Amino acid sequence: MNRPLTVHYQDTLEKHPDLSVPDPHQDSYAKNSMGFWMYLMTDALLFLTLFTSYAVYKVETFGGPTSQELFSLTTAFTETVVLLLSSLTCGLAVLAAVKDKRASSLFWLGVTFVLGAMFLTIEVKEFVEFFEKGAGWNRSAFLSAFFALVSTHGLHITAGLFWILVLSLQLIYQGITSDTFRRLVIFSMFWHFLDLVWIFIFTFVYLMGVI
Amino acid sequence: MNHETNLKKIQQEWHGSLEHYLIGFIVSLILTLSSFFFVGARLFTEDTLIYTIVGLAIFQAIIQLIFFFHLGRETKPQWSRFSFYVMVTVLLTILIGSIWIMNDLNERMMSFMTEGHHHHD
Repeated sequence: MNRPLTVHYQDTLEKHPDLSVPDPHQDSYAKNSMGFWMYLMTDALLFLTLFTSYAVYKVETFGGPTSQELFSLTTAFTETVVLLLSSLTCGLAVLAAVKDKRASSLFWLGVTFVLGAMFLTIEVKEFVEFFEKGAGWNRSAFLSAFFALVSTHGLHITAGLFWILVLSLQLIYQGITSDTFRRLVIFSMFWHFLDLVWIFIFTFVYLMGVI
Repeated sequence: MNHETNLKKIQQEWHGSLEHYLIGFIVSLILTLSSFFFVGARLFTEDTLIYTIVGLAIFQAIIQLIFFFHLGRETKPQWSRFSFYVMVTVLLTILIGSIWIMNDLNERMMSFMTEGHHHHD
């Protein structure tokens, strides 16, 4: 399909949709959000393998610090509430965009960014503390698995923060179009997914680690 | 049949609402608080505690899937729901399989090698 390059704000609509197939969702919103959902399913399996490794290695402390000695429930709880709030504000950003309220949407995206940055700061501080106590990722298999799992989640959050920045610029300069709206919705899927994974991290890593 | 799904139509057909997000948020918060409280206050024995918080986690995940992801509300064909079930199947296979196998191997090791580990017989 030949479209002029400047016309990128129109939805990529199939001019002649194939009516003989069972699935009539052939617009880019439906295709992209389904594709991104598929990606999230594979990402879930990635986290699963990290969780499983952690489950196997969490007793292998090799004479080093144990989870009971290291983990602080206050830290974990704060991180959880911050991330949960950011999931809510992300939803509010999408709702504002649904109603074509660009300023409101940008505001809530900004709040989401701040909360996400807060989460990362708390997490990095915790990691630094662990290193200073001699509980780095090379201390034991338990710690290697812990850092692999929690850092992967943290890296996803970082990517999400960059995504918010780029998306905000697009909303500012292009407004709420088919494309920017679609990207905002897909970002929100990503952000909600990260909160979902965190539920399992705080349950299986922090809470179980303290029992 | 009109196949022109443009921005306006997507916005009109939007599944989510403020109430959904607020319910999802508040229920999740309550479940989180409960989990942390049960563990912090050591309200139950170790095993009961583990089952409780895992149950609460799965319940919170379902709540978030419904209220934040709007899972279960798409029109046919429900590809998202289907791929979700496939993922969960693979997930359970790898998770339960790995833990079972590794646990079994642990038990076959000589006792002095597994001293200090928590495992159930």
